Amino acid sequence: MKYMLLIYVTEPTTAPDPAEMGPMMEAYENFNKAVAEAGVWIAGDALHGSSTATTVKVDDAGTRLVTDGPFAETREILGGYYVLDVPDLDAALDWAARCPGSQNGGSIELRPLVEFPAG
Amino acid sequence: MPDDGRAVAGVEAVFREEHGRLLATLVRGFGDLDLAEEVAAEAIEAALVHWPRDGVPRKPGAWLLTTARRKAVDRLRRDKGYAARLALLRADAERAEVVAPPASDDTDDTDVPDERLRLFFACCHPALPMEARTALTLRCLGGMDTPEVARLFLVPTATMAQRIVRAKRKIRDARIPFRVPAADELRDRLPGVLRVLYLVFTEGYAAGTGTGLQRLDLVDEAVRLTRILLRLLPAEREVAGLLALMLLVDARRAARVDGSGRLVLLADQDRGRWDRALVEEGQALVVRALTGGDPGPYGVQAAIAALHVEAADVETTDWPQIVALYDVLARIEPSPSVELNRAVAVAMRDGPAAGLVLLDALRDEPRLQGGHLLPSARADLLRRLGRTDEAAAEYRAALETVGNDAERDFLTTRLDEVTPGSTR
Repeated sequence: MKYMLLIYVTEPTTAPDPAEMGPMMEAYENFNKAVAEAGVWIAGDALHGSSTATTVKVDDAGTRLVTDGPFAETREILGGYYVLDVPDLDAALDWAARCPGSQNGGSIELRPLVEFPAG
Repeated sequence: MPDDGRAVAGVEAVFREEHGRLLATLVRGFGDLDLAEEVAAEAIEAALVHWPRDGVPRKPGAWLLTTARRKAVDRLRRDKGYAARLALLRADAERAEVVAPPASDDTDDTDVPDERLRLFFACCHPALPMEARTALTLRCLGGMDTPEVARLFLVPTATMAQRIVRAKRKIRDARIPFRVPAADELRDRLPGVLRVLYLVFTEGYAAGTGTGLQRLDLVDEAVRLTRILLRLLPAEREVAGLLALMLLVDARRAARVDGSGRLVLLADQDRGRWDRALVEEGQALVVRALTGGDPGPYGVQAAIAALHVEAADVETTDWPQIVALYDVLARIEPSPSVELNRAVAVAMRDGPAAGLVLLDALRDEPRLQGGHLLPSARADLLRRLGRTDEAAAEYRAALETVGNDAERDFLTTRLDEVTPGSTR
């Protein structure tokens, strides 16, 4: 079963302090290594900040409506994601709890991926 | 030959006892709750036809399981797509299988392995909404159907059916596993299961809404399920603590409501009507809950309940010890309601004025706003201090938010007592 781990973080208002970034980057490197070694990693990326977000919506007439900014303006934004292949929700929750994204004030939303039958 | 009525009643009793066990074994085998429920129900239907005619089999559990398995296999043969999905599920489930289920010390003459612990942990999974957890637990482990569960929670059957369908869909789509957490996870997961059972109990014992003060079917079911859980996890002291708490509270059942359904306070209860057998069982369990390590919150609450039932009356109750236990509880599981109960115990130890000081400190506590507990407690202490006008105001405040008719009657009576010149 594949799960997407959506990492929600409070967007920093100022440029991050490199001294603080160091341990965080290291924690992510360790996590990446752990999911790779466990053979559960499918995909994962960090996203640029919400100021780089663009939202597009096509109405019934086919007109494209492009707006600046994320889909929903919230205090916490989607900062990155993982897709992991694990047996069940408990296993996915274990990985999510080990991910730095669920620590230090962040939260991770877990969503199972729909698997369409082959053929 | 037993007459049909008795045979059917016998079948239903067996069904109720066997249902959770049957369902758990089927879920384990097929990895799918819906299929397990369907074929369990079909096996019961078959039993209702065969048993009255042929007699109850010597091993009813095995009979039901064999019948249900056969029906499941038939169903999977007919529906190849379903079977393929299940095979996939099962392969993953086996991959997830890291712990063997704990050995059960069940000594009853059952012929079906007890897989119910898995079902407890799935039904009480924190990824499900709380109201779905209680409903699923009663349905899957209590063997109740949806209308019965709906009646217990006083919601329309359609509402409850939707709640259960949603929960089952989440179990399936998010793949909430049917597994017993490993030993190191149990510390995180067991409190969630206990909380569900305790909620079922308190919902029955101090019914939040409705006409009766107690909904005893819920109380009985909570006790029954907790007994099962303790059999499955005999070494878990908090399970013993929860069962002890339930039994010691439930022992006062007959004395808690008078002939006309009115609430009788602890101080006024006829202690001769307390159930001695339940008290003794509860006391033994308290010892078990408090022996061998730091006490857990249910163990401490059970110890408090034990002190109440051990006293001859309210005056000779060991209030200093009760206050001390509330201190422990406030440390391991702090909450405004613990503080409120502690204040009431302090009022018994040191007098109403001392308790009132502590209650006043809780006045701005957001989690006590909008409930009747704080104003009722304040009203009682003010009444004992002879400050009747203030007491009356608090009784009125409590009456505005109380949802239970028996408690409303009680508060109304007290309000009349402190309102000079009131006639009734």
